[in-house]
Amino acid sequence: MAPESPLLSMSKITKSFPGVRALDGVDLDVQAGEVHCLLGQNGAGKSTLIKVLAGAHQPDTGRLRWRGEEVALRSPIAAMRLGIATIYQELDLVEHLSVAENVHLGHEPTAAGFVVRGKAAKASTAALLERLGHAEIDPARLVGELSAAQQQIVSMARALSHDVRLIVMDEPSAALDPDEVDNLFRIVGDLTAAGVAVVYISHRLEEIRRIGDRVTVLKDGRAVANGLPAKSTPTREVVALMTGRNVEYVFPGRPVSPPSGEPVLKVRQLSRTGEFEPFDLDVRPGEIVGLAGLVGSGRSEILETVYGARRPTSGQVLVDGEPLRPGSVRAAVRAGLGLAPEERKAQALLMLESVTRNVSVSSMSRFSRGGWIDRGAELGAARAATRELSLRPDNPSVPVRTLSGGNQQKAVLARWLLRGCKVLLLDEPTRGVDVGARAELYAVVRRLADEGLAVLLVSSEVPEVLGLADRVLVLREGRVVHTAPARELDEHRVLDLVMEGSPAS
Amino acid sequence: MTQPVSPPRDSSTDTVPTAEPPAWRGLLARADVRTLSLLGVLAALVVIGGITKPDEFLDTRNLQLVLTQASVIGVVTVGMTFVIVSGGIDLSVGAIVALASVWATTVATQEYGFAGILFTAVVVGVGCGLVNGVLIAYGAMVPFIATLAMLASARGLALQITDGKTQIVTVPSVLDLGERDAYVLGVPPLVLVFALVTVVGWLVLNRTTFGRRTVAVGGNPEAARLAGIDVRRQRLYLYLLSGLCCGIAAFLLIVLSGSGQNTNGNLYELDAIAAAIIGGTLLTGGRGTITGSVLGVLIFTTITNIFALNNLQSDVQQIAKGAIIVAAVLVQRRTASTT
Repeated sequence: MAPESPLLSMSKITKSFPGVRALDGVDLDVQAGEVHCLLGQNGAGKSTLIKVLAGAHQPDTGRLRWRGEEVALRSPIAAMRLGIATIYQELDLVEHLSVAENVHLGHEPTAAGFVVRGKAAKASTAALLERLGHAEIDPARLVGELSAAQQQIVSMARALSHDVRLIVMDEPSAALDPDEVDNLFRIVGDLTAAGVAVVYISHRLEEIRRIGDRVTVLKDGRAVANGLPAKSTPTREVVALMTGRNVEYVFPGRPVSPPSGEPVLKVRQLSRTGEFEPFDLDVRPGEIVGLAGLVGSGRSEILETVYGARRPTSGQVLVDGEPLRPGSVRAAVRAGLGLAPEERKAQALLMLESVTRNVSVSSMSRFSRGGWIDRGAELGAARAATRELSLRPDNPSVPVRTLSGGNQQKAVLARWLLRGCKVLLLDEPTRGVDVGARAELYAVVRRLADEGLAVLLVSSEVPEVLGLADRVLVLREGRVVHTAPARELDEHRVLDLVMEGSPAS
Repeated sequence: MTQPVSPPRDSSTDTVPTAEPPAWRGLLARADVRTLSLLGVLAALVVIGGITKPDEFLDTRNLQLVLTQASVIGVVTVGMTFVIVSGGIDLSVGAIVALASVWATTVATQEYGFAGILFTAVVVGVGCGLVNGVLIAYGAMVPFIATLAMLASARGLALQITDGKTQIVTVPSVLDLGERDAYVLGVPPLVLVFALVTVVGWLVLNRTTFGRRTVAVGGNPEAARLAGIDVRRQRLYLYLLSGLCCGIAAFLLIVLSGSGQNTNGNLYELDAIAAAIIGGTLLTGGRGTITGSVLGVLIFTTITNIFALNNLQSDVQQIAKGAIIVAAVLVQRRTASTT
């Protein structure tokens, strides 16, 4: 590292949007060949900062120096020309184009200036993919046919197809399995060894420990810490910087006596060909049952099939002993099921609407007579439901899109609370929810269970399943390989099970 | 250290917990800005009309004529607004109006008098809407294609029924409805129908579960489905509603013109979509207002009237319409991005 002249130096960057100061005098120095981690809760300004870096946003004030020279990034193309590439969390690939076409989009190898030389593009794409450890991806395949992890590799190949000196990765591990993450880290290692700088954004502290060199922590649009050593700064200190308070990953206590009584949800020999094999499952009122497994183990598919959003190949779902009509969400909702899906924005929320309307959407018949909505009653009920979950801000008339991730999740929970559902299906309930808000969400789920709700929980974060659930089903490639009370399992054991699939029982 | 969970509050919001919010005010203000700007444009047009042709434009008869002309396309636009808010499109409205107007004015239908004509117009409209709705909701056809097919077939059928001839209405009670004697306090009955459809449309969109479902289906169909809404049935109902509006509009047109023609309702689909768009309805669905759409209709009709009074040809009118659509969308994008 050559400390006298950083590769990139941003100083006093400010950026305001109507009503929000997204960045308030942020400094960031990145050295060639380092992994510089960017930490911060949702809304801390990470996304805005990397968009400034990518040339997608223009800062209001502040300076940007690139290899010692002051530059202005007027457009994404300007940033790319300097050698700054960004891999966004929401992948920006064109599904209907091939891998090679995506990788070379905007800078296709051409003959006579406009005829695309497809073979050359494929060859160089294949070389890039091999360098990334994914020679099995065919450059001729359509991107839409690839898995999320493979799409991420394509996105990375695209970044590398430019002469890149700095790569920004926005939560690159979010959609990846552990072995994919290992591969990602290997790639990051290769890049930095070649002198490329990586700006790495992640919620996962353990990743930052593994590959990070330095950490910059953002909070409320300010850099509250610059260039901390990534490996030696204590976790508590980092979390305290991010949240402005000391929070541990705390799970609420379990009830003293395990829930008894008749199961409210019974799943019998439910299966979907190619997704998961027949299995049985009971959830009692007051009980939280967790499904642990890797991406692709069939977790979300099981949840959506129980909910009727997918039609089962075989088997039954019974609520209070009554079989549900298969493949009907409406039957499931009517019987008392509620789903908080994995992709909140895409699958649960009406982003243009207020919190009230998002909460009331599944219980409209309760505030209406002959189709006519009593808006006073609706607002009152929505307010009561959101208050019970201490949703912030305490005003259900605000648009739901203005809420933080954790509060948006609460809006979804409030929807089912208001509906008075008996079984809550939670798919990755804390995805996109910052560390500080997670503990609160856990407490909310446990409290709802204590009040008699049956909860079926899916999470890719093993500690979350173990900490929150009473009983855990471990899944591997669509099969339930182990069932045990959560307190008899630990993270190591679960990871063994999901990877090896060799139940000791 | 394991602390008990005291729910950590969102640091950004734990100030002023109860201050009743600038948020809804902001929303209200924005809705108002949009409506007010449309009203402003309409007022400006009235001023322009009043200045260029003071005697003719502000004449009561002319204003009655403008409103009457707005009524037919206005009723169609109300239905179209619902469809667009739900994320769909109905390209067949003009053709449905044509088909309904000729079917309701055949010699055979006219034998049944006023009720026969009204009934036929409405049933033909709803029937076409039913075909659209079934194809789109249960046949999983793209609305653009299904209604394009309906546009072609309904026009063809209308031509087949009339053989290209104008069908004169001979039922006195229908014709009387268009006469001055039928005016209520100076307001033509057609305009009253338009007003009624507008009010009912507004209430349905803003105050009923049907309206909420429409917005939910348009805003995020997957979320609506997973929230327990029957998305397909809702889509079917919406195209039925659009067909119903076309049937009513066809009846109004029969009263207005005293005839049924297979060329009726030409390009109504584009006029209705344009009016909804300048009224602030998102073509991608999830947002739109009846008020905006109706103001859009009034703006277009007023422009047409002013141009006609000033002896400007329809080619100039068309160019002006296009310019207004572009201007309205640009202005709205600006107001949207500053809030």
